[in-house]
Amino acid sequence: MKLVTAVIQPHRLDEVKAALEAAGVRGMTVSEASGYGRQRGHTEVYRGAEYNVDLIPKVRIEVLVTDMDAPGVTDVIVKTAQTGKIGDGKVWTVPVEDVARVRTGEHGPDAL
Amino acid sequence: MEFALDSGNTAWILTSSALVLLMTPGLAFFYGGMVRGKSVLNMMMMSFAALGLVSVIWVLWGYSGAFGSDIGGVIGDPFEFFGVSTITDEQSLMAAAGVPALVAVAFQATFAIITVALISGAVADRMKFSAWLVFAGVWVSLVYVPIAHMVWGGGLLGPTGITEAISVPIDFAGGTVVHINAGIAGLVLALIIGKRRGFGKEPMRPHNLPFVMLGAALLWFGWFGFNAGSEFAADGTAGRAWVNTLAATAFAMLTWLGTEKVRYGHATSLGAASGVVAGLVAITPAAASVDTFGALAIGGVAGILCALAVGLKYRFGYDDSLDVVGVHLVGGLTGTVLIGLFANVGEGVNGTWYLEGSQNGLLYGGGLDQLVTQVVVAAAALVFSGVLTAIIALAIKAVMGLRVSDDVEVSGIDLAVHGEGAYEALGGSFVRTGDAGPVTSGASRATTEVKA
Repeated sequence: MKLVTAVIQPHRLDEVKAALEAAGVRGMTVSEASGYGRQRGHTEVYRGAEYNVDLIPKVRIEVLVTDMDAPGVTDVIVKTAQTGKIGDGKVWTVPVEDVARVRTGEHGPDAL
Repeated sequence: MEFALDSGNTAWILTSSALVLLMTPGLAFFYGGMVRGKSVLNMMMMSFAALGLVSVIWVLWGYSGAFGSDIGGVIGDPFEFFGVSTITDEQSLMAAAGVPALVAVAFQATFAIITVALISGAVADRMKFSAWLVFAGVWVSLVYVPIAHMVWGGGLLGPTGITEAISVPIDFAGGTVVHINAGIAGLVLALIIGKRRGFGKEPMRPHNLPFVMLGAALLWFGWFGFNAGSEFAADGTAGRAWVNTLAATAFAMLTWLGTEKVRYGHATSLGAASGVVAGLVAITPAAASVDTFGALAIGGVAGILCALAVGLKYRFGYDDSLDVVGVHLVGGLTGTVLIGLFANVGEGVNGTWYLEGSQNGLLYGGGLDQLVTQVVVAAAALVFSGVLTAIIALAIKAVMGLRVSDDVEVSGIDLAVHGEGAYEALGGSFVRTGDAGPVTSGASRATTEVKA
């Protein structure tokens, strides 16, 4: 099993969610995040006081999938989240040792 | 003089009093939105505390001290109308307009309250609440009340005061009494209390700009009572003050936005809200003493000057946190001094207000007399308020301290001082109700542990 985590532009969330559902993904966790990569934030001015705001609002999507599905899910996210501009985000995959479904107590791939 | 009730005027002043009272909660939002989320409650509480404390002081000795029988040109007799229970309508400040004494007490109370609340913007995030209460009570009694008396109660800064040989000073609705006074007091208090931790290094962004805009809107709304109510009557001069309060404020918003667009590249919502307040402050002393073009000029100049002045604190290194100096002191001085250029107290202009002995401004053929008078009165108020505020603040600092500890300031004054947080936090559990006796400490809310 794999955990695919994507940090993307907030305004791409709806499209990515729809595309993942169309690709057969049955669940995901979405949370608000903030951070920066090569984009390195922006400048804001309040009554003449200039601040460099480097932590930009992003959305984090986490999807648990089988080993086989992981590359496909990554592709779907990259394709739908892409705007081609700096700040589009990142997607990464890590191995998952075990998953349990709380309602039934099932373990492993059955719990996905 | 026989008192003859004028119900129209009285109704307008009662309405205006409620309008001006709303400005202080409006100011709480204006200031509250500009601080960080960890100290918004304390910021708003300083305004609400002024509502509580100054109201009580006003009905006890405040009104009497401002408008009682003159003592040495500096203050009224604080015991003459103590408690305002026995004051008669013949003694009303607004007797000539047929407005009863208690209505005058109500109207003037709201000015004292907001003047004190304005100062709190200079000391955001870091002043002990107890020290603020003491400061507010002492300051309104020893600084506001005398200045109100000197300007409006027949004292040294009024028609028969220090400028009598030159001209009669014009302060229609409180440019000197409210804004120059609160502005210099804010500067002095900010200097004595010191900078916020991290001032000029850490980001201190406004945490809720919609609050700031809501506050500016409430201030503008209430300010129509402040300025048009200061006519003490429902007449054409009140209309002149109303229209000038609209025109100057609107143009100040535009010139502030223009200034920051040129300097920083964006027209901001904070700039719009700030420009509104700068325009309101500047037109206050001049509200009924200039024509429409004078009002536009005063508002336009104030928007530019205040937009530039808010940067001074970084250049000179004082932490006037929410720009009481940049907006109220600079705006108040702008309006007060520009009266000397634009005053149009002659005939032929609809609604302008003529105070016996005052003269037209320099640009309206009146020569330099009115300008000199305005400058002298502003300077005298600066010195009086500045020196007394310094004495009061230093005394409080010596006796009980002005500042919260560094730890409290860094972690947030709301939780430590008020035992509350403005916004939802996760976790925690119900412990007990207050019926069981005093809760151990405000900080207990911060932990999730149950204390026996």
